Amino acid sequence: MRVALCATCLVDQFFPEVGEATVKVLRHLGVDVAFPEAQTCCGQIGFNGGYRKEAADVARHFVETFEPYDHIVAPSGSCSSMIKVYYPELFADDPDMLERATAVGEKTHEFSDFIVNVLGVTEVGGVSTGLVTYHDACHLLRELGISEEPRTLIQNTRGVELQEMPKSDACCGFGGLFSVKFPEISTAILNEKVGNIEETGASTLVANDCGCLMQIRGALQRKGSKVRPKHIAELLAEGLD
Amino acid sequence: MPEVKTSRFKSESVKALANDNIQRALGAPFAHFVDGRKSAIDADYTEESWESMRDRAAATKAHTIERLDYYLDLVDKNVRRNGGHVHFANDSTHANQIVLDIARQNDVKTVIKSKSMVSEEMGINDVLEKNGITPVETDLGEYIIQLAKETPFHLIAPAVHKTKGQVSDLFEKFLDSAPTDDIEKLCIIARDVLRDNFAKADMGISGANFIVAETGTVVLVTNEGNGRMTTSAPRIHVAISGMEKLLPSIEDVGLFLRLLPRSATGQRITSYNSFISGPRASTDEDGPEEFHLILVDNGRLNLLKDETLREALSCIRCGACLNHCPVYRKVGGHAYGWVYPGPIGAIVSPMLTGLKEGKDLPYASTLCGSCRDVCPVKIDLPKLLLDMRHKIVKSGGGTMPERLGIGQWHNAMKTRKKLEGKVRLGRFLQGAVARKGIIKRLPLPVVNGWTKSRDFPALAPRSFAEIWRDDLSGGDRS
Repeated sequence: MRVALCATCLVDQFFPEVGEATVKVLRHLGVDVAFPEAQTCCGQIGFNGGYRKEAADVARHFVETFEPYDHIVAPSGSCSSMIKVYYPELFADDPDMLERATAVGEKTHEFSDFIVNVLGVTEVGGVSTGLVTYHDACHLLRELGISEEPRTLIQNTRGVELQEMPKSDACCGFGGLFSVKFPEISTAILNEKVGNIEETGASTLVANDCGCLMQIRGALQRKGSKVRPKHIAELLAEGLD
Repeated sequence: MPEVKTSRFKSESVKALANDNIQRALGAPFAHFVDGRKSAIDADYTEESWESMRDRAAATKAHTIERLDYYLDLVDKNVRRNGGHVHFANDSTHANQIVLDIARQNDVKTVIKSKSMVSEEMGINDVLEKNGITPVETDLGEYIIQLAKETPFHLIAPAVHKTKGQVSDLFEKFLDSAPTDDIEKLCIIARDVLRDNFAKADMGISGANFIVAETGTVVLVTNEGNGRMTTSAPRIHVAISGMEKLLPSIEDVGLFLRLLPRSATGQRITSYNSFISGPRASTDEDGPEEFHLILVDNGRLNLLKDETLREALSCIRCGACLNHCPVYRKVGGHAYGWVYPGPIGAIVSPMLTGLKEGKDLPYASTLCGSCRDVCPVKIDLPKLLLDMRHKIVKSGGGTMPERLGIGQWHNAMKTRKKLEGKVRLGRFLQGAVARKGIIKRLPLPVVNGWTKSRDFPALAPRSFAEIWRDDLSGGDRS
């Protein structure tokens, strides 16, 4: 199965280790991973900012880059929902692009969704240690309805125990542009999330989106917390050959 | 109309974050709303049945909004048939004038009011006072904020930000009562004052939760009993409503009476559900001699004309989107700067009072989607907020730094080559501020707020694309 990896711009430029872990896990599961090198960004930044003309240019580039592939996998619920849910919105007045973007959206999957629901795998086979708590990224949960899949994969990792935090489905306060435009509100929401994470006593925080992870990691690092933030791909890749 | 302060969202939200009373109010009482809603729904419905109720309610509202002219006509006809009067008001000034005219014709000195958000849009209390008429709010929360000269903090819990100490101080100052921290005693003090007003008022002003077109009936959903007093004791009853609050038939009401209290307060049903179809009939022993219904536009046509945003007119003002919004739950209602706060307010307030002043509001959302999931009429709030943002940008509302930033991003993301060029420059520039992959302080305006509380990641020395090219592709390049 030949699968195109959409690294996402955050992973590509800020967290390449997440991309490496994603490739490691997918290859371990027998997936033939391709990386279309022309890829840049899904366009969500412009779209969420209200700059739809600019977003459409970037999204068009995405569609052109990825449409030859059977499956597209992204280690992000947010980018996946941009492609699956909001491209039809973005291209509502452009019938040709609407059709092409919808087709690309249908074969796009968030990483844990792809493993569990397309590959039919619930145990990746890695080994890690310690108490892990899981943060539901908003778009993954509420745009794509994915909540059980990542939990199943975490629980089925040898050596790991999943400890739910209070209000795991509460937003971390990132919201892309929101975190820049309203840093004080964003921080207030984040502090509550960090408190809930620390309350679990977990040594590792797992989330499926580098946006949330960037936000939460920023606060954990700043306060010198012992909790290590990880993308789910990083956790699942541990102990794989 | 009360002063529009939507342009001050940013500064007011920072103040609210530092206000202990507001922060306390946003904690436990709201957790109570959220938990209460969930248990009230779970007690009676499966997920599927609740979903199907929301679907039906959304369809009913959409149907009504699409044919609003027809249903307004029908309401007009049926209220008149029941012996009432119908007035259409273009804006708040017009609506206030209609109320004043009715009051003058009937020699009204005192007005009692039950809760009405549209009357907040009109700022009617100020107008009445300036014209020598005394208005008294009779919903306890509204009464408290009337004394405090504030606007509602929340759609259904207007004074939730007030502590019992603050209420006691207000009562001491305005009602000459002895200070107390006993909530029951405070209620009794208010009740005594309000009783007198119920007895002497010449006119009662109410809102309308729903208006049934086929019967000309105003439906009121209340808990304190003040709504029933307001609409039955005085000689004149004036119901004021946004023109979008219509339901086609009496058979539709049951569904909404199941959705509204559960979504709002977590109640299965409110203490009072009043159905008011016109003034006292000749066979009735009591009730108002005159009934007036004022249907207010006040900018709603702006929403109706917009094929996407008109969905916001389906709102039944339950407040669930506020209670579940991470932003509202940190900044509260006043920061939003006008009558309607929270996610629905971020759409309605700018559309009713000016997109230019209110342009920060649609951005004051993380787009987490909680609001949409709890909305009893399934308004797709994130989609509408995104549409508002597009509208703001199209009308030139984007700030200069934002336009520059998006311009840079747009340019960089057009091709891989351009992106890599920008990234190389970025890696060079970040050398001055990045240590061990972490930026502790972003020295750029606009984005520097980020690092006041959080570390920012540095650009990686090698992008994933480079790692793929060098280490992972095994020569398999596409």
